[in-house]
Amino acid sequence: MEMLVYLIPISLILGGIGLAAFIWSLRNNQYDDPDGDGQRILRKDWDDRPKP
Amino acid sequence: MSTLATNISACPACVAAPVAETIAARRAEREAGIVLSLPTAHCAACISDVERALNTVPGVRSARVNLTQKRVSVAALPSVGAEELVARLAAIGYPAHELDPGLLSTTATDRQGRDLLMRLGVAGFSMMNIMLLSFAVWSGAEAATRDLFHWISAAIALPTLAFSGQPFFKSAWASIRARRLGMDVPISLALILSSAISLFETFEGGEHAYFDAAVSLCFFLLAGRYLDYRSRAAARSAAEELAALEVPRATRLGPEGEAIVPIVDLAPGDLVLVRPGGRMPVDGVVTEGASEIDRSLLTGETLPLYAGPGSVVSAGEVNLTGPLTLRVTAAGRDSSLHRMAELVAVAETARTRYTSLADRMARGYSPSVHILALSSFLVWLYLTGDLRLAVNIAAAVLIITCPCALALAVPAVVTSASGKLFRKGFLVKDGTALERLAEVDTVVFDKTGTLTLGAPAPLGLDGHHARDLAVAAGLAAASGHPLSRALSVALRDMAIAPATIEDLREVPGYGVEGRWQGSLVRLGRAEWLGAKLVEETATFLRIGAADPIAFRFSDSPRIGAAAAVAALQQAGKRVLLISGDAEAPVARLAAELGLTEWQAQALPQEKAAKVTAMQAEGRKVLMVGDGLNDTAALASAHVSISPASALDAARVASDIVLLGQDLSPLPDALRIAVQARRRIKQNFALSLAYNAVAVPVALVGLATPLIAALAMSTSSVTVSLNALRLK
Repeated sequence: MEMLVYLIPISLILGGIGLAAFIWSLRNNQYDDPDGDGQRILRKDWDDRPKP
Repeated sequence: MSTLATNISACPACVAAPVAETIAARRAEREAGIVLSLPTAHCAACISDVERALNTVPGVRSARVNLTQKRVSVAALPSVGAEELVARLAAIGYPAHELDPGLLSTTATDRQGRDLLMRLGVAGFSMMNIMLLSFAVWSGAEAATRDLFHWISAAIALPTLAFSGQPFFKSAWASIRARRLGMDVPISLALILSSAISLFETFEGGEHAYFDAAVSLCFFLLAGRYLDYRSRAAARSAAEELAALEVPRATRLGPEGEAIVPIVDLAPGDLVLVRPGGRMPVDGVVTEGASEIDRSLLTGETLPLYAGPGSVVSAGEVNLTGPLTLRVTAAGRDSSLHRMAELVAVAETARTRYTSLADRMARGYSPSVHILALSSFLVWLYLTGDLRLAVNIAAAVLIITCPCALALAVPAVVTSASGKLFRKGFLVKDGTALERLAEVDTVVFDKTGTLTLGAPAPLGLDGHHARDLAVAAGLAAASGHPLSRALSVALRDMAIAPATIEDLREVPGYGVEGRWQGSLVRLGRAEWLGAKLVEETATFLRIGAADPIAFRFSDSPRIGAAAAVAALQQAGKRVLLISGDAEAPVARLAAELGLTEWQAQALPQEKAAKVTAMQAEGRKVLMVGDGLNDTAALASAHVSISPASALDAARVASDIVLLGQDLSPLPDALRIAVQARRRIKQNFALSLAYNAVAVPVALVGLATPLIAALAMSTSSVTVSLNALRLK
């Protein structure tokens, strides 16, 4: 049962990291164009080199 | 035109001031970038094509397509005009229109959406963590461990509920203050009561805590709320987008020369210049210039009318050939355009009385939930005298009956259906439009601009002499009149080489004339050439003293019009054509499309009266129209559709806007609507079935937090999946 002392905080921290990542992505306009983002990965424009 | 030029050159300094102002104003707009609507963009290739094309335009800093909203925003130097970009896109096959970025209040709506999404995300993460702990409790954690887990759950759940539950608490408070019982009252009651009783149980070391149920309830409800918001926001942004399509400006001729002013600033007596191709911004009398005007948006007539000094014009008509100076007789609120819009507003209020299926459900559901919870509390208190047990059972009843699935059932279906329709080119502006569309049994079409493209095409050119055609081609190439342009394009397609015409001159309001092999040649209106009028739209050619030759035109049917009409008739709908145009063109189009019921020369009031009469017979009418003469009919119909090319008053009056050119998805839209309504009803039945099973369990006091969580989640997931089944 002593394991819980470690496991519970770890699970809470992991959840917290997920939440922080979600809040970051939301603040960075990552959900503005879901349809477009889905299509953008399919195009071949920047396959050879990254977009400058 | 000459007076204009003198006006400008006479006082260059005075002209500079207003011009500088308008330029400054445009710069300010440009800060926000140019936003173009791209109705046909749909795939990765479209994104690449559009962005690449725009990036090659000199002065463009960046261009980014938003496929979800079908828009492209361009950051560019002030020297770059939207017209240039639209032309560039048109050249690679993407029709685009400029949107007024000032009217697109995306930031405000975005903030609200993001706020909901944030609450949803927080609730989701808390729900997952609490569920982990709850699993341990459900699978038999005892005594101290259970209490510890309950305490941790409480520490996560209470702040989460305080943050994520706010939308419900706020709207519940508002409805209580208005002395109503909305859907949000039982929701808030369930959230507050269940977390309060769980906290109490945790203090007491009790067996059952509903933190998991309370948070997951909050999560599912927020999901429904967010979907609902999304479809509303899409509808609102659509409406804004359409309003933004028409930038309401006019060119006023003042003592200091020309100035671009908002239409609201015009007063009767002002002089306004309307260039060829422009729309009359106001009602007025022509004081100078000669031209032809196209009244088809107002009346449905396709024949252009002559306008010269003294002619009375109404707002909304299109100036075709020469510049016209108007003295304003009525502007803004008093103009005929606005009066029509007000008529529409009156008709609209009558229609908003339509109650959606969801509202009808909620009206019965909300009070019964309260009564059920209250009576279970009272009965258990009376039977056992145990307050704690009674409150526990009441909380369980509230959680289980909470309209989780109900709140998801409609938004999920509506979002999925509007998304399907959007991909087919239909923008659903009104929330209940889908339900109303599903009930339609009669379809009324307007002709000009709806079933037809509103663009003329010449008829039977093969019947003319090759020499006449060559001369006509030479003359038509010199004019910007729509009939000339259509003739010119058609002749070029027939590979007819234009004859060389000398001394070419456009006579505004009449036509073009010139000299060919020494004789005077003219192409233009019948009166000008002394020709006999024909009933259809036509332009005439006269070579020297020979008899004039008529080139007849007909408006070509919209792509997919025939298919749409045929499919609607096959689906058992009654299809009618009611037009303000003359009898001959209406009859021909009706015959071409296989329509048996048609009416020509209908006045706007007659159209509306006909629609109202059919509604009175108990028919549910879908009106499809684009002109100002259709607006009253559009507003009085059960549900209405207008193409994006329609006048703004017509678009405002209609529930659904057709973005593309193609009419063929119309029967599909009706089918999707019928299916969506069936899914909504199924979803109601599903969630009621869950309640029918779970509520008695809760009432007899057997509902554990596990059962509550299970009942809630499964019903929410089932209705969402059912909504996605929409084909």
